[in-house]
This record gives sequence, C-alpha cells and structure tokens, in this order.
Amino acid sequence: MKNTDTKNEIYDVAIIGSGPAGLTAGIYNSRADLKTVLLAGLKWGGQLMLTTEVENFPGFPDGIMGPELMGNMRKQAEKYGTKIVDANFSQSDFSQKPFKLTAEGGEVFYSKAVIIATGADTKWLQIPGEQEHIGRGVSSCAPCDAAFYRNKNVIVVGGGDSAMEEANVLSKFASEITVVYRGEALRASEIMQKRAKENPKIKFIYNTELYEIVGDGKVTGVKLKNSKTNKTSEMPIDGVFVAIGHIPNSSVFPDIERDEKGFIKRLEGSKTNIEGVFVAGDVHDFHYMQAVTAAGYGCEAALSAERWLEDQK
Amino acid sequence: MAANITDQTFDQEVLQSDKVTLVDFWAEWCQPCKIVGPIVEEFGEEYKDKVKVVKMDVDENTETPGKFNILSIPTLIFFKNGNPEKTMVGVQSKDQLKKAADELLS
Repeated sequence: MKNTDTKNEIYDVAIIGSGPAGLTAGIYNSRADLKTVLLAGLKWGGQLMLTTEVENFPGFPDGIMGPELMGNMRKQAEKYGTKIVDANFSQSDFSQKPFKLTAEGGEVFYSKAVIIATGADTKWLQIPGEQEHIGRGVSSCAPCDAAFYRNKNVIVVGGGDSAMEEANVLSKFASEITVVYRGEALRASEIMQKRAKENPKIKFIYNTELYEIVGDGKVTGVKLKNSKTNKTSEMPIDGVFVAIGHIPNSSVFPDIERDEKGFIKRLEGSKTNIEGVFVAGDVHDFHYMQAVTAAGYGCEAALSAERWLEDQK
Repeated sequence: MAANITDQTFDQEVLQSDKVTLVDFWAEWCQPCKIVGPIVEEFGEEYKDKVKVVKMDVDENTETPGKFNILSIPTLIFFKNGNPEKTMVGVQSKDQLKKAADELLS
C-alpha cells in the first residue's frame, strides 16, 4: 500500500479527470509554468476512448479516431510538464489549504487550486436483468463489443446521436439492429439520423420502453412496453446497447454544490461554490456535451485558475 | 510476460493447471484492453509464485470465449481446479485483482 504523504510538494493546480476538459486544462496550466498534476483515473481519456471516428473536432478534416485524439492531448499535456497520475481519485478535503486530494491506494496530493473535470458516465436503464448482464449481452460501448455480435440481432436503446452512432457501428457486424426509442421522433442530429435511416440493417421502434432484460447467463430477450397503447411484448435478442445519455460524476464531491440532476453548479469564471475550486466539461455541462466544448471549458477553467492564483500572491 | 494461449491449449494450460490461473481475454482493437494489459502483467509479476497469468486473443480464438459467454472485453477470469471462480468485466485496478486472487488463494 502506497502512502506517500508528500506534504512538502505543493502543486499550483490539481486537475481531476483526463477527458478533453481535463487535458486541455493541463496543457494551458503547464504551459503557463504552473506546477500541475492531473489525476487521470484508471480508465483515462474519458468518453472519446469508447468511440471510433470523430468527425467534428476542428483541425481534422478527415476525422480522427477518438482514442488517438485523446492520446495526442495527453502527450501534449505531458510535453509541457503536466504530471499525469494513472490512479482513480478517491476523496478531497477542501476545508484545508492547500487543498488535499487522495487517490485510491492512498497517494496524497496537495494543491492551491483544483479543477474538477470528472465528466459523465453511461446512464443505465435501471430495469430488472440489466446490471447482471453487463458484459453478457448488455453493453454501452458498440466500438468495444460489436465484434461479438457478428450475425446476431441487437437492440440499441436511445434516440440521440450516440444511439445512432452505436447502431451504425453495430451494423458492420450484426444482422439486424433495432433502435428502440421512448419518444415519438428521434432527437439525433440530421446527419446522424439520415445515416442510420439509410442503413438497411437498422430498424426503428418508437414510443417504446424496455422494462426487463431476460437471459440465462447471457441475454436472450427483452420485454417491451408501448407507452401509447400500454401493450407489452417480448422480443428475442442477443444484445442490448444502452445509449440514453450520461450522468455526471459529481457524487465524489459532497461539498460542491450540484443541481438536482447532479451537475456541478458552475458560476461565472468556471468557479464553484468553493473558492479556488473550478469546474470544466460534462460534469457541469448538460447543454452541449461535445469534445470541443469540453476542451473549451477546460481552457476557461485553466485561465481562471491561473488568474486566481495570481491574485492570491 | 503472460503467455498467449489458444482454444487448443486452453484445456491443458488453464483447466489442468495446478495453480490458480488468470485468463485475460483481449483483442487488438479493444482500447480498454490496452489499459488493462499492463496492469495484468504487473499483477502477474507480483503474484508469480501463486497465480499463473495467461491471455487469449478473442479474434483468433472464438470457441473458449463462446463457452464462457464472453460478450465484452476486457474480461478477466480466475480459474481454480478447472472451474471459473471469478469473472471481472472491464478495466480493473491491480488492487482489485489482488483482492480477488487473495480470496481464491486463502
């Protein structure tokens, strides 16, 4: 067990999270010659690590693979001196100065300013049969798991861009993909909808929710309910891909003010309710949730932290 | 380094193994596998006297992953006396692997 309580080492900025928001903050703060540490988490890189081609990040006219983009951001942050720690964040103490952060495994970091960029995780359906079948037919990552569904039939739950993306990725392997959406009409962007609708392997069912996933060691079927007619039905299926949105990773910060859905309340200048603690990316942003907006918020938080540190002198 | 095993050698290398054996099911295209791979290696080094660590490429070998209902990778399975005793899906920390191993070894 590591327990290196390195009290003598005090960072200027500690960033929690290694998606586009966190790594961009790292690039800016370390280039400004601030002593910067970034707690990357074991599964570093954020949501883009679970994608394939990213077509809307400026500067890459031919697209770039999500994991490659994150690898580049990480290299860029490290190049300018950000110390990246591949450990999960465990807890914070914002009542003392400098702030104290503890990683899983016990390593402790002290820092004058903190940027929270912990992002968001898959929102699950929370229906019977779901949790026990994750990795056994229930998934939230088509690029990770699609190859196991060669010539099989799968469902994608959701009606947004990420659901369309999952369906398209799956269509390279699966025989038939059924998108099940609870609403009347998809809310995905035009281009993503068009791509999915033109794909002959993808079918759509609207006004319908899953209420149970059934299986015997692996998924064999789902139970569906039409929200208009209240009619229920069963459908044999090999896989269920869940893409109904994300929940912010904010519960590890009990002292930081959040809204009723758990998004951190971001005040002007990327501030939170605790002075010296800043926030960036999907952990506060429920409007845009894009890689490029997260990077923008990361830049903003880094500049705000820099200015704040300057004022403390 | 964890040795690569195949559908053909699985029985001999894992089921017949007299040690607790950890199998890392992975593939080249799987990003999270690239995170978990080095963690498994580190764990294997630390536990080399107690646990045998091997890996299987699920693109090259489909029979064994099918038999154990593997539909997501990385999947890590600890085998003891020929039985799958503990299955872990997704990225795990070294501490989680050690904890699982310690339970099986005690």
